[in-house]
Amino acid sequence: MTWTPDQPIVSLKDVHKSFGTVEVLRGVSIDVMKGEVICIIGPSGSGKSTLIRCINALNDIQKGSITVEGLEVNDAKLDKLALRKKVGMVFQQYNLFPHKTALQNVMMAPIKVLRQNRAEVEQRARGLIAKVRLEGKEAAYPGELSGGQQQRVAIARSLAMNPDVMLFDEVTAALDPETVKEVLTTIKDLAAEGMTCILVTHEMGFAREIADCVYFTDRGVIVESGPPATFFDKAQDPRTQQFLSQIL
Amino acid sequence: MSMIRQDAKAPGHLAVLHPMRLHASALPLAERMFNLWTFTALILALAAFLIAPAFAQDATPDDRSIVAILLEWTPTLAGGFAFNVLISILSMAIGTVLGVILGVLQVSPISPIRSIAWLITQFFRNSPWLVLLFYCILLIPFQIEIGDTTIPFPGWIKATIGLSLPVMAYMSEYMRGAILSIPTGQWESAESLGFSRRQIMVNVILPQTVKRVLPSWMNLYAVLTMATPLVSIIGISDVMTLTRAALSAEGRVDLLIPMYLYILCWFFIYCYPISAATRRFERRFAVNT
Repeated sequence: MTWTPDQPIVSLKDVHKSFGTVEVLRGVSIDVMKGEVICIIGPSGSGKSTLIRCINALNDIQKGSITVEGLEVNDAKLDKLALRKKVGMVFQQYNLFPHKTALQNVMMAPIKVLRQNRAEVEQRARGLIAKVRLEGKEAAYPGELSGGQQQRVAIARSLAMNPDVMLFDEVTAALDPETVKEVLTTIKDLAAEGMTCILVTHEMGFAREIADCVYFTDRGVIVESGPPATFFDKAQDPRTQQFLSQIL
Repeated sequence: MSMIRQDAKAPGHLAVLHPMRLHASALPLAERMFNLWTFTALILALAAFLIAPAFAQDATPDDRSIVAILLEWTPTLAGGFAFNVLISILSMAIGTVLGVILGVLQVSPISPIRSIAWLITQFFRNSPWLVLLFYCILLIPFQIEIGDTTIPFPGWIKATIGLSLPVMAYMSEYMRGAILSIPTGQWESAESLGFSRRQIMVNVILPQTVKRVLPSWMNLYAVLTMATPLVSIIGISDVMTLTRAALSAEGRVDLLIPMYLYILCWFFIYCYPISAATRRFERRFAVNT
């Protein structure tokens, strides 16, 4: 099946995932169109992170289908490299390589995985570091950077692979409040450029501002979804209302 | 575990439940008291005490002083000691390379490989070094003929291989521990960037294990060096063999203790800086991690 831009770039259909006997996802379906920004919110343990990790095959699923640009993820013969070239991911704990400088972190995957020319990669990597507003920090090691700076290097590192979709897994949850904004600004810039973004987040104000669609998950299912204006102001489901009243 | 810690804070806690730990301040003090100079002074004092009677004994037919005899034998003994150092460096190099490979195989996702690597590691880690040494001497032929070329295996090479086996096993365990101590986030982020398992191991995980393994590795080298006199038992001209030869050539009973003490001092002077540096590394990295 070939994918065309009028079809969803990421499509989840009736996704089920269990860890042992614990059912974490119980039939989740989401369609994301190219250039869309969607935010997944919900209480802890509702399966948000698992959901996003399934999209780039860090977790496998037991039932259902996930496709990225027509590539079926739930397939034993999946070409993981092909998938990961399409999908970039940023983690809560940044997970930069501590033995490499910021620039080397960004350059490593294109050189080692895509076997691209070092000089070209370096030029692009410097551009990406400038894009996440970290000029002058190219030679710094992750341990010398603040959480927010590390997270922006992590975003640049993912972008270096030229992904079509970016996954953000609670990327501001481990940050100091004053550095949250710089990371959110970076994501906002990306979204404005038309990058397809799937975010798991606790930043409601940010979700309202940036998302095309907000999904509320609870106990492994999507309870409610909609454009932020409707979702935040006119939530229908009592569980959504209760969650929003606690958090807003 | 956390429950035990919390309980321990309560009055009437059980001290035995605490993890055994030296006080952070106790180590630097001990370090200051027992530094290289104090130790050297102590050993020299001991040596003087043992050597002194020899000067008093003017009844010996040989009127050379013990110090003079030791100096006379020093070049020969130094040659033997250099051989010990050579064997230790070669065994360490072979053992390290094999140990890193074996350690990586111990965390292989393929279960039979993991089991075999585990078995080899455990077998050599729990074997007496001397027995391994004998085994290598007996099992490895003194030469191997491949076509027309003959590759000789002199005793000291067999001994080097024999000593490298336990080094390999210890190294394998250190590597396994270090690899498993790297946070899983490192694997996941590299995986999501498209790295294969082998690429992650080589580019991300192994470079990060260096810092963690270094103190144990240096300590292992010091232990190995101190174990090299074992090769004298199988007739290799190391410092121990030459010391015994020198003693029998001199035939003086009063020379026994000073000469062995002399050799001990050499090992001490060679190994102490290594273990001191190891402790410094350990302390520095303990703060960082």
